[in-house]
Amino acid sequence: MKRILLAGIALCVAAPALAATLSSPAAEQKAFQSYFFNKFPAVAHDDFVNGPYAMDAGMRAQWKDILQFPPYQFSIDNGKALFTAAFPNGHSYGDCFANKGIGITQNYPMFDAKSGKIMTLELALNKCRTDNGLKPLDMEKGDIADIEAYMASTSDGKAFDVKIPNDPRALADYRAGEAYFYTRRGQLNFSCASCHVQGAGDHLRSDVLAPALGMTASFPLYRSTWGNTGTLTRRFIECNTQVRAVPAKADSDVYGDLAYFLAYMNNGLPVGGPGERP
Amino acid sequence: MQNTKATVRIKSGPALTRRITLSGAAATTLAALFAPGFKAALADTAAPMADTSAYPAKAFAQKTKDDTIAALFNMTATASTDISFDAPDIAENGAVVPVSITTTLPDVTAIAVLALGNPFTLAQAYQFPAGTNPAVSSRIKLAKTTDVIALVQAGGKLYSVSKNVKVTLGGCGG
Amino acid sequence: MAGSILVRASSDGTATTVQALIHHPMDSGFVKDASGKLIPAHYIQVVEFAHAGTVVLTAFWGGAVSKDPFTKFSFKGGKSGDALSISWVDNLGNKDSTTATIS
Repeated sequence: MKRILLAGIALCVAAPALAATLSSPAAEQKAFQSYFFNKFPAVAHDDFVNGPYAMDAGMRAQWKDILQFPPYQFSIDNGKALFTAAFPNGHSYGDCFANKGIGITQNYPMFDAKSGKIMTLELALNKCRTDNGLKPLDMEKGDIADIEAYMASTSDGKAFDVKIPNDPRALADYRAGEAYFYTRRGQLNFSCASCHVQGAGDHLRSDVLAPALGMTASFPLYRSTWGNTGTLTRRFIECNTQVRAVPAKADSDVYGDLAYFLAYMNNGLPVGGPGERP
Repeated sequence: MQNTKATVRIKSGPALTRRITLSGAAATTLAALFAPGFKAALADTAAPMADTSAYPAKAFAQKTKDDTIAALFNMTATASTDISFDAPDIAENGAVVPVSITTTLPDVTAIAVLALGNPFTLAQAYQFPAGTNPAVSSRIKLAKTTDVIALVQAGGKLYSVSKNVKVTLGGCGG
Repeated sequence: MAGSILVRASSDGTATTVQALIHHPMDSGFVKDASGKLIPAHYIQVVEFAHAGTVVLTAFWGGAVSKDPFTKFSFKGGKSGDALSISWVDNLGNKDSTTATIS
């Protein structure tokens, strides 16, 4: 059984090869999206942000039920209160962002020309805090997830528009994220792509594996298994743990790069966050 | 309020039997609350507030279907096709299973949900005063794959419908 | 966080549909934490929904009701602008209540 599974996953070698033959991120994005659009012809393009709920009718029905009054509503409300509250110095989160932070989630992660690094929304929020003399927040859950939930809610439905500026460092960050995505790791020897490209839509026990396309578009997520709202960083750490790999640090460059690569692949899809998953 | 309860208790059948079955004053009150014809006893106060005086603690401590039904309603249930019980075939997560009950039976006074595979059988019970539509949706936890039973008390009788819900290990999907 | 109860109540002229979400851990007492210790039972036992001084639904819950419990039901009557009160009490004696306006 295991041998069959691993043999199936070995097919994924084709994907990095494919990526390597293409020259530009834009062409790769097109190929990436086409792969999923062709693999799941019945799924409306915008519906990819809903992950497994786009694939499985039974799960979709339960999800629709839960969305009547989504459990992340408390996060949005708390996030709004935190976002609008003034720091001790009189500033607030909005002062750190374009358009006062409203309706900008679709532009993140963003390349920061000053540092040459990728700023995810989590990193940007924490930078905002430290710039204002405050301690950074836990990057996985709690206040930061709630603030992101509120910010995402102000971007609801806006199309992702993550840019790779004409700067070799930005391209290098993108390539680093891409490499991380296709590299096998952990005792199970899985890459991100093993489950979310080749295995997308398949069942892992009873769970439906979400397609990589749109996978990061609905964060932060309220997961029933978590019992609260968590960030993409938290999910990266969890995924690493699930393939029995040693996770990176929450604020590591590589998670920023990975988020950047995946968000760029999502370009054109709507912001679906905050989201809800089993 | 006290009078209403007392009247219902007398009307609702053999109080002696119930006392023996449930043992204790609190349990008797609870049976009276769910007895046929019960109408919201708190209707006379301006802003009714939740309190635990009527909480059927004994019913919530039972571990079998029959004991739970006896403790909560003190009657037996017959299967009914007039209850629509909506629950998933496969729960995407046992911690959050949407359940929805609606019925065409007249004079509904209570709806309860039992999960036979849970440590305690009774998950939830609702009292329906006249004027409230006999339907309720909520989310419950299931410890494992199990039969889930919806009970509807209507016109002094108890009806049931059962559905098997499969629960699998979750946490990796999405 | 302001209040533990979120309510949406809307009237279509003849009936009022109520949806409520309550922020509560609903710990059943059967779940262990990361260090292997049982998390003590902590769950809402009674929720009362009332309109115009009359109870429209009483909920009795055990530990098997999901975290952050959701309830949806409807009752005849109620009109836009009316008050709907919701109150709960849990097994530790904690309480909360709110009054929502029917839309």
